[in-house]
Amino acid sequence: MDQMKNFTKGFFKDNPVFVMLLGMCPTLATTSSAINGLGMGIATTFVLTMANIVISLIKNLVPDKVRIPIFIVVVASFVTIVDLVMAGYAPALHAQLGIFIPLIVVNCIVLGRAEAFASRNNVFSSMIDGLGMGLGFAMALTLLGSVREMLGNYSLFGHKFIQTDGILVFILSPGAFIALGFLIALINKVTKKV
Amino acid sequence: MEYIIMIISAVLVSNIVLANFLGICPFLGVSGKITTASGMAGAVLFVMAVASIVTWMIQQYILTPFGLGFLQTIAFILVIAALVQVVEIILKKVSPPLYQALGVFLPLITTNCAILGVALLITQKEYNLIEGTIYAIGNALGFALALIIFAGIREHLELMEVPKGMRGMPIALVVAGILSLAFMGFANLV
Amino acid sequence: MAKLESTFLNMFLTLLTVTAISSLGAGVVYNLTKEPIAEVARQKQQRAIEQVMPGFDEYRRFAVMPANGQDSLIFFEGTKDGEVIGVAVNTYTNLGYSGLIKLMVGFRPDGTIVNYEVLDHKETPGLGSKIAEGFKEQFSGKNPVDFKLTVTKDGGEVDAITAATISSRAVCDALSRAFVTYEEVKKQQNQ
Repeated sequence: MDQMKNFTKGFFKDNPVFVMLLGMCPTLATTSSAINGLGMGIATTFVLTMANIVISLIKNLVPDKVRIPIFIVVVASFVTIVDLVMAGYAPALHAQLGIFIPLIVVNCIVLGRAEAFASRNNVFSSMIDGLGMGLGFAMALTLLGSVREMLGNYSLFGHKFIQTDGILVFILSPGAFIALGFLIALINKVTKKV
Repeated sequence: MEYIIMIISAVLVSNIVLANFLGICPFLGVSGKITTASGMAGAVLFVMAVASIVTWMIQQYILTPFGLGFLQTIAFILVIAALVQVVEIILKKVSPPLYQALGVFLPLITTNCAILGVALLITQKEYNLIEGTIYAIGNALGFALALIIFAGIREHLELMEVPKGMRGMPIALVVAGILSLAFMGFANLV
Repeated sequence: MAKLESTFLNMFLTLLTVTAISSLGAGVVYNLTKEPIAEVARQKQQRAIEQVMPGFDEYRRFAVMPANGQDSLIFFEGTKDGEVIGVAVNTYTNLGYSGLIKLMVGFRPDGTIVNYEVLDHKETPGLGSKIAEGFKEQFSGKNPVDFKLTVTKDGGEVDAITAATISSRAVCDALSRAFVTYEEVKKQQNQ
């Protein structure tokens, strides 16, 4: 397997958010600012990579009919670990991301990669796949978060560049949908899908 | 009376999909036709209500008394996964056409963040069993409302001339955004 | 690559084993992070006290049961050079839009509000969450003796957050609870 291709596919060709349209809930919910999007992306990358490694390790010990619940439990334990570690060492980010940290367990990207890749490939490849897809996800979230923060708060990563209230709607719910919609359209155009 | 306010709040003021971003995947994935949307909404209503009751009891009688709060994620998601299996089996027997129509989306209810999300919110808000159940039903109704309205709009959208770059997901997202904006008008209702 | 057969026993055992190991793993991390998480909470409280009652060099802590409410309020009476400069009160309200809101409010000895910090809330982001932002500035320097601690809609002098009246009312409830209890405490101390 070409590990370079394996790693980079998650960034553009198979980007989980912009191309595969997976993981929408956290994408919309945690991108009211660039740092939140980035934090969420990194937490998810950790869970995705670790889960991929473990699932690839135990793939031959898992009876086929019960594999989904087992994958879910593995993912859930890493989510719990991320949750606890963030509560203790990154409390501000933990408070901001709130309920969406435990919700990483139902992020379709994580279960999707476990099912489509980790359960069928060796440990090293699975790890690279997890890292690549996770970082691609993180990149998408940071991008959307940056756009929403710049338009909605005239700031980026907390540094305000125009000292007034931004176009508020972009930090609120509707803005998430609209910003993502236009971003996907833009990316489709740029990658010449249309 | 309080319960009615809770339901209105969950369906309109703080709609699970349009305001809380839970349940987006099925919302975007199953809203192509009103009939499939209704089927999904029904399945979600059942799973959400039962899951909320069972997870509440597990939290109340097992996790909290024994200081096992950190096992919440693992325990809750196992309950939901099991419930969805049960629903699948029942649906296959009781209504094969609906089972076929929902297809792969049925097992995907397990990963519907709305179900786990609502279960977690109920423990966070420290509702009792009755409040929790009503809250779950309210949110399931909110999910159904958002889903069915959206499906109706998308069925019309199919017949429109949408700019090429916006076709499919982009325009669906923008429409969802406008719907979310509309629902914000309910903000001071309760 | 032969996988384990899907017999009932195999399925049951593997699920049980995986769940057991996962729970153990989670338990280990839980124990490792217990202290840091508790420390985070302690620091948050300390920061809040310093924000609402600036300039103390020592404080003493005591709990008082309010006239209305099921949980006691925690008072931190701050002194500088032996003189009482005010109190920071850890107060709460259950009337938030999403339930419990915990605040730390600072009073000068004459009852004037210095400031408050929101310790915990689950209010709606972008709406009710504003109780932790600009909304609180209107309380600084006001004394509830002559500043009516209710929203204008209810005949008071507090400017509610647009579209977040319930959250605004809840904050008033928490502040009133703290103020009334502080008045009681002062009365007791002067007896």
